[in-house]
Amino acid sequence: MTRKLKPNRDVGIVGYGAYVPRYRLAAEAIADVWRGGQNATLPVESKSVPGPDEDTVTMAIEAAQNALRRAGIAPEVIRAVWVGSESHPYAVKPTSTIVAQALGIAPYTNAADFEFACKAGTEAMQAAIGFVGSGMAEYAMAIGMDTAQGRPGDALEYTAAAGGAAYIFGPAEEAIAVLEGSVSYVTDTPDFFRRAYQKYPEHGNRFTGEPAYFHHVLSAAQALMDELGLKSEDFAAVVFHQPNSKFPQRAARKLGFTREQIHAGLLAPVIGNTYAGASPLGFTAALDEAKPGDRLLIVSFGSGAGSDAMSFIVTDRIEEVRDRAPRTRAYIERRQAVDYATYLRWRKKVKVH
Amino acid sequence: MDIPRHWRLHNQRYKLEGSRCTRCGTLAFPPRPICRVCRSRDMEPYTFSGRGTVYSYSVVYQSPEGFEAYVPYVVALIDLEEGVRITAQLTDVNPDEVYIGMPVEMVVRKIREDGERGLIVYGYKFRPPLTA
Repeated sequence: MTRKLKPNRDVGIVGYGAYVPRYRLAAEAIADVWRGGQNATLPVESKSVPGPDEDTVTMAIEAAQNALRRAGIAPEVIRAVWVGSESHPYAVKPTSTIVAQALGIAPYTNAADFEFACKAGTEAMQAAIGFVGSGMAEYAMAIGMDTAQGRPGDALEYTAAAGGAAYIFGPAEEAIAVLEGSVSYVTDTPDFFRRAYQKYPEHGNRFTGEPAYFHHVLSAAQALMDELGLKSEDFAAVVFHQPNSKFPQRAARKLGFTREQIHAGLLAPVIGNTYAGASPLGFTAALDEAKPGDRLLIVSFGSGAGSDAMSFIVTDRIEEVRDRAPRTRAYIERRQAVDYATYLRWRKKVKVH
Repeated sequence: MDIPRHWRLHNQRYKLEGSRCTRCGTLAFPPRPICRVCRSRDMEPYTFSGRGTVYSYSVVYQSPEGFEAYVPYVVALIDLEEGVRITAQLTDVNPDEVYIGMPVEMVVRKIREDGERGLIVYGYKFRPPLTA
């Protein structure tokens, strides 16, 4: 029995694009308000904050435009626009149709919103791989994007951030990175959830670690490496879901990866946890620095819970398309600090009577 | 709330889709049914590049209803590189960073929300270009 997911037709990434908002909130600014300035063990240095006119729709549009520029294909040849997020602006009304309209992909396309906590983005990627791999479509777009919300004073407020990435999948012959294989690993693990009509999620504190994040990330990554007959040293770079600075580094160590291998895609320390955007965005940063022939691994994690692991081999075409759109680091380096009060106002946490 | 009007304008607002006269080539934004130069009715859709410069601007501290969340914000007259001047909000920029002649590029942002229950309206704004 193979646990691997791989279409018969070879498929790859033909375009990718990142987006991170301009604004940052320092973790120390949150600690000043809620912990009396005690800041010895903060989970990140700072997190990205969306501007008052940004949401998952606007951020997805920009990441998707970057992916289209790199792919160099006409928007109307794309047959699916799938957006994974836990912060879709509407409860009912697809994010994906707005993105498809703005990019000129509509009307002859499938459009849907995906939901699986922080794994919604790679879930959409897996589906796009299947759509192209089956021959149903030549091109399919998958986006992971979030403007995550943390309850003021909660542990998640330090990390709940905004950003994400868009991918266009297509035939392997046109790809900048060809899929070698993937694994999806899910169980019913209620480590983090948000009930209907609730604004903020609930989480199991320490329960989110071993039985949730580490169990799923390590199981999916190990199963994929076993299925493909690969070892940690076979990969040039590896990107894990990054809910904080520590978890992805510990997962890497447990699987035998070095600091050098995770460096390019480790963004959480400066932008926080971009939820469904996190591992897809880390992967765009790894692609920005990849060389032809490099093997790259992406492992997501979504609460509830599950992980997708995917292995890609980078092709010569990467050099040609890389600078057709801003690199991930260009977005990260474009930064303007905001204070806690501005953040509260923009995120609509100030009560006005 | 005027859903049909927002819906009719979505390509204008999301893609900066104006019009081009097929007879004399004159461009217009917003799109026109009749060419203002040669009076031709043979107009075709034309998508502007979204690049331009600030011709002039003003900082808004007292907003009209529905825009309170974005105060203070900058409204600018922008000369698109194709030679058409339009009015738009600037975003991702502090009011004191704006100057006449500043290069800008178009992005799609939230224009306003119709309360807690109504439509979210998206459309073009302009920001300092993010160099690739």
